[in-house]
Amino acid sequence: MSSWALSLFQRELRLAVRVGGGALVGVLFFLAVVTVIPFGVGPDLNLLARIGPAILWIGALLATLLGLDRLFQADRDDGSLDLILMAGRPLELVVLIKCLAHWMATGLPLVAAAPVLAIFLNLEPTAIGAVTLTLAAGTPALTLIGAIGASLTVTLRRGGLLLAVLVIPLTIPVLIFGVSAADAAVNDPVPFMTPFLILCSLSLISLVVGPFASAAALRFSSD
Amino acid sequence: MDRGDRRVFAGLSFSLESGNALVVTGPNGVGKSSLLRTLAGLVSLSEGSLNLEGGQSERSVAEHTHYFGHQSAVKPALSVKENLAFWRDFTAPAHVSNFDPKEYGAQDILEDLGIGHTSELPAAYLSAGQTRRLAVARLFVSPRPIWLLDEPTSALDANSEAQLIDLMNDHLRRGGMIVTATHTPLSLSPLQSLRLEALSIEDLAPLEEIG
Repeated sequence: MSSWALSLFQRELRLAVRVGGGALVGVLFFLAVVTVIPFGVGPDLNLLARIGPAILWIGALLATLLGLDRLFQADRDDGSLDLILMAGRPLELVVLIKCLAHWMATGLPLVAAAPVLAIFLNLEPTAIGAVTLTLAAGTPALTLIGAIGASLTVTLRRGGLLLAVLVIPLTIPVLIFGVSAADAAVNDPVPFMTPFLILCSLSLISLVVGPFASAAALRFSSD
Repeated sequence: MDRGDRRVFAGLSFSLESGNALVVTGPNGVGKSSLLRTLAGLVSLSEGSLNLEGGQSERSVAEHTHYFGHQSAVKPALSVKENLAFWRDFTAPAHVSNFDPKEYGAQDILEDLGIGHTSELPAAYLSAGQTRRLAVARLFVSPRPIWLLDEPTSALDANSEAQLIDLMNDHLRRGGMIVTATHTPLSLSPLQSLRLEALSIEDLAPLEEIG
């Protein structure tokens, strides 16, 4: 990794974990969503175990969306985005590195918290492992797809809601295959690998499409 | 050049030699900042072109340029040194033949600008003027021949203003170029000036002339 890329990565991580960075906001929101649902659904343990993977996935999706609007907006607000555009570095790589750092600060804590929260939802050990694995494979796709929405809404004040409306439809395939892979691990006749591999391929596709689309949107944003 | 479907200026043409400064003046809202942002490649031209002779051919004009706008691009959560080190590493330096920049270390330029003692502090603790000086420091750690300075002396006291002008003159002597939009007279030499004037309301397009 060349020095500018490393420098950008370190800056993004530092900004995320320091005051006002919001790295932990996502995971706290995830905790709030997942702990509230058993109270709403009631003490039916079998029902909770059945819908547990879906709850964890929806919680992770919403928690990811929560921090995404600041991905480029924070840099635009203080003029850094102009300088990033003029820096003479490939913008696609810049976006990719920012997404990677953002995922490390917000996505990875979700993956780490998932096994603990899964216990609240009465998931059995296989299901806990499967949900955690699918979240680890799928949350990068959420961040990368979300980056497209974040760069499209970067010029808007309070574009967070519009971002969610834009991004949620695009993330539905990730959600479907993430949850079905986690379900398949518990319910025997369905193979686990088929939906899981599709989930992985969705992540890989968004790894390619996300930075390019996002960089193109940022280039047009600077008017 | 258009912004939001409104023609900001048209038929504007000027050239600037290496080692020269151009001061853009004019009333508020006439398009000085828009001109600078256009030169920085941040706003696209609707007609015409920008050319740089003798630059690195694989790089755009914007990549030879430091833009110093109203915003300081300083992150309050990072320390002064971290802010500066990031821009030093991240901004690709542009080396061109007739421009001979002085090499500054991050700490040296902070000392020169009088904020060396703050280098370990979070940038949130800096005053407005100190933040501005930290933003100025960015121009020196990654050498680029063209500087676009939008109101460079705002929030600076008399001493730092004089110091900034010295540094700008030094940049010109080394073969750099400066385009600056300002309301305060700056004693730069050699100096060209460009005054943007608003044309009558019916035309909705400001007239420009080269002084």
